Amino acid sequence: MPEITYREALNQALAEELERDDSVFLMGEEVAEYDGAYKVSKGLLERFGDRRVVDTPISELGFAGLGVGAAMTGLRPVIEFMTFNFSILALDQVINSAAKMYYMTGGQISCPMVFRGPSGAALQLSAQHSQAAETWYVHSPGIKLVTPGTPADAKGLLKASIRDNDPVAFMEGELLYNVKGEVPDPEDGDFVIPLGKAEVKREGSDVSIITHGKMVHLALQAAGKLEKDGVSAEVVDLRTLRPLDVEAILKSVHKTNRAVYLEEGWPYVGIGSQIVALIQDEAFDYLDAPVVRVTQADVPMPYAKNLEKLAKPDVNRVVAACDRVLYRD
Amino acid sequence: MATKVHMEALSPTMEEGQIVKWLKSEGDEVSNGDVLAEVETDKATMELVARGDGILRRILVEEGGNAPVGEVIAVIAAEDEDISEFEGGGDDGDDGEADDEEEASKADAESDDDEDESDDEDEEEAEKKDAPEEDAEEDDEAAEPEAVRDDEPEVAADPAADGERIKASPLARRLAEEEGLKLSDIQGSGPGGRIVKRDVEEAVEAGAAAEEAPAEVPTFAPESEEDYEDIPLSQMRKAIAKRLVQSIGPVPHFFLTMDVDMTRAVEARARVNAMLESEGVKVSFNDIILKATAMALKKHPECNAHWGGDHVRRFNRVHLGVAVAVEDGLITPIVRDAHLKGLAHIAQEVRELAGRARKKRLKPDEYTGATFSVSNLGMFGIEEFTAVINPPEAGILAVGGMEERPVVVDGELDVQTRMKITMSCDHRVIDGAQGSRFLQTLKAILEEPLVALV
Repeated sequence: MPEITYREALNQALAEELERDDSVFLMGEEVAEYDGAYKVSKGLLERFGDRRVVDTPISELGFAGLGVGAAMTGLRPVIEFMTFNFSILALDQVINSAAKMYYMTGGQISCPMVFRGPSGAALQLSAQHSQAAETWYVHSPGIKLVTPGTPADAKGLLKASIRDNDPVAFMEGELLYNVKGEVPDPEDGDFVIPLGKAEVKREGSDVSIITHGKMVHLALQAAGKLEKDGVSAEVVDLRTLRPLDVEAILKSVHKTNRAVYLEEGWPYVGIGSQIVALIQDEAFDYLDAPVVRVTQADVPMPYAKNLEKLAKPDVNRVVAACDRVLYRD
Repeated sequence: MATKVHMEALSPTMEEGQIVKWLKSEGDEVSNGDVLAEVETDKATMELVARGDGILRRILVEEGGNAPVGEVIAVIAAEDEDISEFEGGGDDGDDGEADDEEEASKADAESDDDEDESDDEDEEEAEKKDAPEEDAEEDDEAAEPEAVRDDEPEVAADPAADGERIKASPLARRLAEEEGLKLSDIQGSGPGGRIVKRDVEEAVEAGAAAEEAPAEVPTFAPESEEDYEDIPLSQMRKAIAKRLVQSIGPVPHFFLTMDVDMTRAVEARARVNAMLESEGVKVSFNDIILKATAMALKKHPECNAHWGGDHVRRFNRVHLGVAVAVEDGLITPIVRDAHLKGLAHIAQEVRELAGRARKKRLKPDEYTGATFSVSNLGMFGIEEFTAVINPPEAGILAVGGMEERPVVVDGELDVQTRMKITMSCDHRVIDGAQGSRFLQTLKAILEEPLVALV
């Protein structure tokens, strides 16, 4: 299998879907002439033309709304937010229009569209540009949320998201774009990963590290460190946060009896809160310890390098959380 | 307001009490501090005092009855007060427990906070977790009422004893229930003494499941109820049984050894065999020991007994198991009613049974249902040894070899034929003094076989 970057995987997915279905188009700030702020849409303008790859003004609410209208009338827009931090401006179109349309029209009008872009912290981008946006999107019924952590997942899930008949928020990561991984060769056929399916990224028996998005890599590092200490950690990558793969979570907890939720967002009413509630509800009698969460500190992301490091989840904190649920601390 | 009289924990380890005597009757006026009843605990008989003033309106547990710690056993109220809600008795006790548990759970949630990393959200989490825990327990109650009932007295007993409920992870609770273990018997190694999975696993390995053992012990059912007497366990007997099982295993053995002068038994055997020569019968020393053991057991029925889990069964008849070595192990054929049989009879029967045992031709009823057993390794030159009890029997006698040894008699050196006998006793049934008295009688018979005629 060829090894490509997360960025190339997304580019492949976009190109293949633009090629496959001429109702698909890409729109956002600098996606065309500039090949995208993070070069995800490199070469797409040249290949598909300016009716399919469209540059917009700096007007998130405006072009998100254009996308909703286009979707309502039968197109399949892919709206790129330069980062999800800027999508806060567009949330009215996302939550009030896209997520509600199917419900409020009694199923007559759907919004088959994708809002995509990087979410979460990179390096020293400070409080306004380092936010993990999952909770704002996943909170509302009517919209799906996909958070791929690897190149293969990025490609397979983006293709599934574009084909899905509901609005999908698709969250990438600045620090993921250069991550390399094996992705099936396009020559070997259409590679699509169904939404709503978690994947066990590493099998283990002592503790489940459940996570999503770029934190998958941190979880795998922690699992490697724990292994040297004789602890077998399982890493469960949810991949899709709505719909949630409840079965996969419970299966892992039934096996290990101990769970840690790892996410890059804030703890307060975070994704982990939902997962903890689910586990205690559905797997209470399988728990040997309270579920512990590892999250960003409950503060706006500091700019200072040393403080930023302290605010973010790191390997040692994941290992410490595992030790805690294993009663090894 | 009515005052509930609870069975109180009158000893640190008490889980249940027996009302020996009510010192007040229904209708008597009582004041705070008055002695209401005598209660037998696992350690001693204690006084239970009133915790309120009024009329002793209702006694819910009669004399001789048992009640777990925390259960309401009587109600003190004003003369005209409506106490109909207590008529059911047990229900009210349950309400009290639920309250205690709720309070304890709240305390739990609060104390948990201290351990958590970031206080704000973890407080929420602790509370969330706690509420469903109670729901889950209620669900359990509906599904498996018996299992839950087992636990309840402990839950109630604990706040009374030291103000804490037993902390255990949900998984540990479930595993303990599946293993039939009581949480109170398991040492928790988690934060704040929380019992976690590894603790239950260790307890299983360490054989804390031993308490289950009595239920699995096969119980020999004699033909007639007149042949035995079932003695209910006193609180002390229960405490002894429980403690010793924890200490030494499912059957808590102890051993008593005596040195016996066999000089006269040797003489007696020679004369008996001379007498029986014409009949072709030969009496062995082991036959003499069997006869003497049966006689001694008849005099000491407390040693002729079975452990029945919730009672001790003392037998009026003596069925002696005789350990016989066979090719790939051993078996204990039984001389039934050995106390009624003469030496020649015993000798013939043992010979016949042992012969068939070696050929594996014994019928099950010929080797099950002994009330006591004898094992003799004297012929191998074994000086003395301890034998392992065959449950549910409460004792076994291990017989060593006879040899001439110098002994001091009245300050003079003498040479006697001596033999060492060691009795293994199940301490749940037999105490040291009882076993010793039995051995004294046995020794007396062996040292003066004429006793058999008296």
